[in-house]
Amino acid sequence: MTEAYIYDAVRTPRGKGRKDGSLHEITPIQLATQVLEAIRDRNDLDTSYVEDVVLGCVSPVGEQGADIARVAALNADYAETTAGFQVNRFCASGLEATNIAAAKVMSGEADMAIGGGVEAMSRVPMGSDGGAWPVDPAVAHKLYFAPQGISADLIATKYGYSRDDVDSYAVESQKRAAKSWEENRFSKSIVPVKDVVGMTVLDHDELMRPETSMQSLGSLKPSFVDMGALGFDSVAIQKYPDIEKIIHVHHAGNSSGIVDGAAGILIGNKEIGEKLGLKPRARIKSMASIGSEPTIMLTGPSFAAEKALKKAGMAASDIDLYELNEAFASVVLRFMDALNVDHSKMNVCGGAIAMGHPLGATGAMILGTVLDELERSGKETALATLCIGAGMGTATIIERV
Amino acid sequence: MTETIKYEVDADGVALLTIDLPGASMNVFNAQLIQDLETCVDKVLNDDAVKGAVITSGKPSFLAGADLSMLGGDDLKADTPEAAFEQAFNLNRILRKIESGGKDVKTLAVEGTKPFAAAVNGLALGGGFELVLACHHRVCANDPKLSLGFPEVQVGLLPGAGGTQRLPRLIGIQNAAQPLMTGKNFNPMTAQGFGIVQEVVDAADVVAKAKDYVAKTSSAIAPWDKKGFKYPGGAGAMDPRSVQVFIGGNAMAQKQTQHNYPAVEAILSAVYEGSIVPFDTALRIETKYFMKLLSGPVSKNMIRTLFLNKQAVEKGSLRPAGFERKKVKRLGMLGAGLMGAGIAYVSAKVGIEVVLFDVSKDNAEKGKDYSRNLVEKGVSRGKVSKEKGDALLNNITTTDSYDDLADCDLIIEAVFEDADVKKSVTQATEAVIGKNIVFGSNTSTMPITGLAENFSRPHQFIGIHFFSPVDKMPLVEIIMGEKTDDETLALALDYVSQIKKTPMVVNDSRGFFTSRTFGTYVQEGYSMVQEGIKPALIENAGKMVGMPVGPLAVGDEVAIDLSYKVGMATRKALGDKYVPSPADGFVEKMMELERYGRKNGKGCYVYPEDGSRKYLWPDLTEHFPLADDQPDVEEVKARLLVRQAVEAARCFEEKVLIDASSGDVGAIFGIGFPPYTGGPFSYIDTVGVAEFVAEADRLAAAYGPRFTPPQLLRDMAANGETFYSKGNPQGRKAA
Repeated sequence: MTEAYIYDAVRTPRGKGRKDGSLHEITPIQLATQVLEAIRDRNDLDTSYVEDVVLGCVSPVGEQGADIARVAALNADYAETTAGFQVNRFCASGLEATNIAAAKVMSGEADMAIGGGVEAMSRVPMGSDGGAWPVDPAVAHKLYFAPQGISADLIATKYGYSRDDVDSYAVESQKRAAKSWEENRFSKSIVPVKDVVGMTVLDHDELMRPETSMQSLGSLKPSFVDMGALGFDSVAIQKYPDIEKIIHVHHAGNSSGIVDGAAGILIGNKEIGEKLGLKPRARIKSMASIGSEPTIMLTGPSFAAEKALKKAGMAASDIDLYELNEAFASVVLRFMDALNVDHSKMNVCGGAIAMGHPLGATGAMILGTVLDELERSGKETALATLCIGAGMGTATIIERV
Repeated sequence: MTETIKYEVDADGVALLTIDLPGASMNVFNAQLIQDLETCVDKVLNDDAVKGAVITSGKPSFLAGADLSMLGGDDLKADTPEAAFEQAFNLNRILRKIESGGKDVKTLAVEGTKPFAAAVNGLALGGGFELVLACHHRVCANDPKLSLGFPEVQVGLLPGAGGTQRLPRLIGIQNAAQPLMTGKNFNPMTAQGFGIVQEVVDAADVVAKAKDYVAKTSSAIAPWDKKGFKYPGGAGAMDPRSVQVFIGGNAMAQKQTQHNYPAVEAILSAVYEGSIVPFDTALRIETKYFMKLLSGPVSKNMIRTLFLNKQAVEKGSLRPAGFERKKVKRLGMLGAGLMGAGIAYVSAKVGIEVVLFDVSKDNAEKGKDYSRNLVEKGVSRGKVSKEKGDALLNNITTTDSYDDLADCDLIIEAVFEDADVKKSVTQATEAVIGKNIVFGSNTSTMPITGLAENFSRPHQFIGIHFFSPVDKMPLVEIIMGEKTDDETLALALDYVSQIKKTPMVVNDSRGFFTSRTFGTYVQEGYSMVQEGIKPALIENAGKMVGMPVGPLAVGDEVAIDLSYKVGMATRKALGDKYVPSPADGFVEKMMELERYGRKNGKGCYVYPEDGSRKYLWPDLTEHFPLADDQPDVEEVKARLLVRQAVEAARCFEEKVLIDASSGDVGAIFGIGFPPYTGGPFSYIDTVGVAEFVAEADRLAAAYGPRFTPPQLLRDMAANGETFYSKGNPQGRKAA
């Protein structure tokens, strides 16, 4: 099988996903367009060699609807021959899009493709696309649907993570993110977002709160108590009946932030790189997606990682750096326990608790982040993974070349 | 003129359809009424001289829903699903004809149709409420006690004649969800507030006002038949408002039902799916969900036990014939503890004079305080008038003198569960009461035949066993001692009927039926703790199988030291025949640890002094170490339910029970056996007797002989018999 290489990785900064967020005035098609333009311009790319653009997007309706990937490629003045399509693997959409782009290269379908994602959460709110899973009574009953916050609290309850445990993790995420910005660790990938007259709208992740402390987090009330009392605690317990009651520990300060952003990763085979004079940065070593129990929902990453490791013939200890999307603190704590991964290898540049989680884009963002960090720290292998709605996990292992 | 509906047309050309089922106290939808309704509706629509119609009732109530005896137990009689659908859809179709005039939706939107108005003179429930909603205009009598609502969910069904579609379109999905999912009623004022009825007027004027509307209206149309209709508050899977309602509704439903009551989910599905499609399609979807519920076991079991058989025993099906119906005027209540105080309250409430006796006047007054508190609460909440409350309290006199019991015409004893105490109280009472007065005992554990030996007239000694809290629990278990005669039983049943409770009658046995069956639930919970099963798993399994609370929680309420005392007494009485239970070790250990339950603030649960929520005692697992392998919750559920059902079947085999239906009614209303099952005997039938025997045998092999099914069940399985059969709602007789 053909090897797939990463040639470039870019992302926008993440803007607060609210009406007063800096990126709120920028359309999602613009976010995706500027990412594609950056990939083209940084690499002096003849876009007729880009055979497909795969973009993750979790709420593909309204201005994110109607195949935003193809429309962004056209809008970025890519060659008409560059196809495009949008995928939805919930929170792992950006990584799944990258894996699909890599798979196209590996299978020989394409010599070069772009994977990435976009989500303007301030403009197209989460849940805008409806869906049978939580809403249709027959389906919600059958699947014991519970919202992710309840699932995250269920993980904390089941595996014994206290409020202090999750808050400490969050404080560390903020510290690491702040330090990474101070040290310009993201500068290789960041593409400032510009408006129509060319002014820079945002050049940094604006959600971060480096001053976050145990005290400041301690004052926040847990977010999912009422939702639990309404009935979701009972639903979760009916699925996990050895739990007396759900202990609610998550809140806005130890969960991923709602933000706007986009990312893209340029992938191709060896020959196309040579032909176009591009230097490969990393090889995609293996990829995997799995399904897991949907009510606890967010424990999939360890299973996806194990599957990807097995495909790569590796052990968890062979990985130098891990990126696991910080959807909720308990998700990361559980993963580190399950795979016996030390915190010093995990999310070393901070994560979504500090910088935010633009749903469809995050997977591509964290893959780019960990590649930059491998290069900066002179390490070799990394594994990026995300927990996913409805109980799934997607993982990708890369190694530098 | 039809058999069930009077049809008259007045000078203004307004037809009046008066529903009046011959020989019935209430109107219900039966096959005849449905047929007559269509005949009358066609007549209105086809007669050019008729402008429109008013539908009302010739009885004090409007229409009380479907005749459940028509639905209970029998499947739709049809050869194909299509034919079954047409049958199930029939009333939906006729009500739609009232609303649409039989026109297609495009024509209807342009022309409208002849106006129909409902003159709601009394309660309109289920199909009755659906008929009201199908009318274009609704006038309701201003009687605050008049109920409008959908009780279908309480017997495992959904409103299948447009109720799940019209109500949400009228008042919004959010407002309609609770009444549909819980059966909560509207009164005329709240109904008017929601716009369900347009006019609330004096009962005498409902027909006139409804006629006014028809006379003045040239053509009518339901809001949902107008072009551009939108649900108030949003609909479907895309509107954020309705999406929130469904997400929340799904969670609440699962919390309430623990996945045991398919009707709640089906109602939500009918509302949800119906809110996305045109009205006529929505009606068809509703009928399909209705058919699914009707053909499942839950609605059959619930209709039979919760409705038909409960009603039967309340109407006197257990009462021996040939004795004059009597009313208790003066009750002698021995013992003013929790039970005695409660019995005094429910008796005084219906006008019985109660002489509340205890060893000291002070104790007796404390017992009366129970009534004082309830009355005070009722008055302050506006549920009881001051006069009625005072009258109730005036009916209770307290005493510590046996002489005051002299004129009583019924005695109930609820003193301490101790043979000697019972004996002396019984004898002292007999010395002062009339020579023909019945003596009832509220004992929950001691055999009546033995207690009757303290009384010189054992034929007039009977068990009258209440449940705590007496004012809330609907069941009274009547226990026949060996010598108790039918006349005594008749009086006890008359008394139960007088205080508006649901009776069951059993023959004497240790623990009778309810305590004996209920005890197995708690004991099985204790056995599992003893085995090292996680306490939370046991408790959750209890709730998931449909019991009101987990076995450990309810054991704490009853009190563990009481279980111990009863256990010791049983051991003493049975001697060599006593079969030890794994729960014995648990109870002994808890006694040693002085963990008696809620009464001393520590049992299987911890009861924080600040009143915050109780939680499982963390050290429980230190004293009863957790097993390495924890069972699947399904196994725990099976043990908790099958154990009770096996005990119920033993009661049946030993003829403690009279018939299957009384066991089912008693188990549900007395000890909280899961209502969706219809009771232990309906449950065994539903599982299949042979399958149940196999499951019980499997559990016996794994956990001990307490699960061994009685021979009766093996015989029934071998002969392919069931407890209930077609046309026999009372079920198999034990004798």
